Amino acid sequence: MAVIQFQHVGRVFRQNGKEFVALKDINFEVGDREFVAVVGPSGCGKTTCMRMAAGLEHPTDGEVKVDSEIVTQPGPDRAVVFQQFALFPWKTVWDNIDFGLRSLRVDTEERKRRIEQIIALMGLGGYEQAFPHQLSGGMQQRVAIARAYVLDPKVLLMDEPFGALDAQTRVVMQEELVRLARKNPRTVLFITHAVEEAVYLADRIVVMSRRPGSIREIIDVKTVRETENWDAHTCIEDVMDLPSFVHLRTHVWKLLREQQLGDEH
Amino acid sequence: MIARALPSQQFWRLTIAGTFTFLAIWSVAALSGLTSRAFLPAPWDVVVRFIELLTQPFAGYVLHEHLLSSLHRFAMGFGLAVLIGIPLGLLMAWFKWIDRIVTPAFEAIRFVAPIAWVPFAALWFGTGIGGPILIIFMGAFPPVLINTYRGAKQVDRKYIEAAQMLGASSWRSMTEVLLPAAVPSIVAGLRVSAGLGWQSLVGAELIVASSGVGYLMVKGQASVSTATVMCGMLAIGIVGLLIDVALRRLHAAIEQRRGT
Repeated sequence: MAVIQFQHVGRVFRQNGKEFVALKDINFEVGDREFVAVVGPSGCGKTTCMRMAAGLEHPTDGEVKVDSEIVTQPGPDRAVVFQQFALFPWKTVWDNIDFGLRSLRVDTEERKRRIEQIIALMGLGGYEQAFPHQLSGGMQQRVAIARAYVLDPKVLLMDEPFGALDAQTRVVMQEELVRLARKNPRTVLFITHAVEEAVYLADRIVVMSRRPGSIREIIDVKTVRETENWDAHTCIEDVMDLPSFVHLRTHVWKLLREQQLGDEH
Repeated sequence: MIARALPSQQFWRLTIAGTFTFLAIWSVAALSGLTSRAFLPAPWDVVVRFIELLTQPFAGYVLHEHLLSSLHRFAMGFGLAVLIGIPLGLLMAWFKWIDRIVTPAFEAIRFVAPIAWVPFAALWFGTGIGGPILIIFMGAFPPVLINTYRGAKQVDRKYIEAAQMLGASSWRSMTEVLLPAAVPSIVAGLRVSAGLGWQSLVGAELIVASSGVGYLMVKGQASVSTATVMCGMLAIGIVGLLIDVALRRLHAAIEQRRGT
């Protein structure tokens, strides 16, 4: 059963009497414990889609529902991992992770247990009392993911979470997210412009095009991944070498390239 | 031409040279006989008078007792400005309707100079402690409020969105996000505010007839002792500078802790 639903979602901006259609007739669903990646060129409105599911923005047409209820405002049941981390610089790693738990009115013992568990899981041990600026970009993003995961939210919304990281750190984080997602599956809406990242992480990929932002194609990755047994490989490089992976990647690339060529003519 | 940074040795040499030139001109003017020494005392006369004031009571108390009494009033007025200014600034930044209610009154009041509150304070409080506190408050309050409000309004949107998605209440958003994010701006405001509050002090003490540096200066004027008046000015200057240095230290300590 679908946890996130986009039903005929549109978004129109009005400026100086002119209308600009940012999103047009977006229809897709994210099932229970399904990992859906949205890829598209910049300006296609993919981040806006995520922000609508979070309740940080609102559609001008159609509806965005989470658990069959129309999203009206942000809340801890829809935890967001931002591209720019958005950790509170005046709070320690521990207090950053604790921030959302305190809104959930979880008792002190339970909070402590959950924070310790997520810190161990994300490899943040020893950094509990560090401030964000004392950590590398990769470590900061681990804290941001921990801060979202610890809430045990209905859905996780990730907006290009690895976009600000260097190439090596990015690969490590992608592997860890796969490990986390397979061991502990959640309903995830993942926004990215990196095609390989989407193919590697997602169960399904929503490919978007721009002007106006709309859905080009929805691709099933999970079936291919399971029949070709990608998860038997622990390294991302090995998975990326598999013919089935290359085939899917090329397919998504072509969809995006067509738009690029269309733009130029 | 835009000034380049000077090497620190040269910097100190120029500072010392400037100070000496000023003292030399002052000394020559005082000794020239153009004016009486009571009208323009020499620098060393002021130093001697300063030491006298520290040891012999004038206008009822020795100088540091006057200073303590002034500092006490300052602390109350400044403290009140901080206690009201910071929470009100945060509330105005978070709730638009509070902003709408407070802004017109505040905009009207803040252009009344602190000294212009003297007659009003005298009518309401007479020579009680309330008068000087009100006047110092009127000097110190606007910068605290304005800087808290601006600092909180300029908080990076991503922190507010993060707090919202983590389910923070208005109370927690204000105390745990707006307030810490606005701290650098607030501390900058406190420096301006402490300066204005301390400057308003003499005006405030013109209406309290019992103690304080302002009172000492008024008494010095009454007994035609320019040196006494200058000692009061010197004391105000030194203490004002110390307050500013303390707040600057606080600012630097906070910045360092944040790693910005």
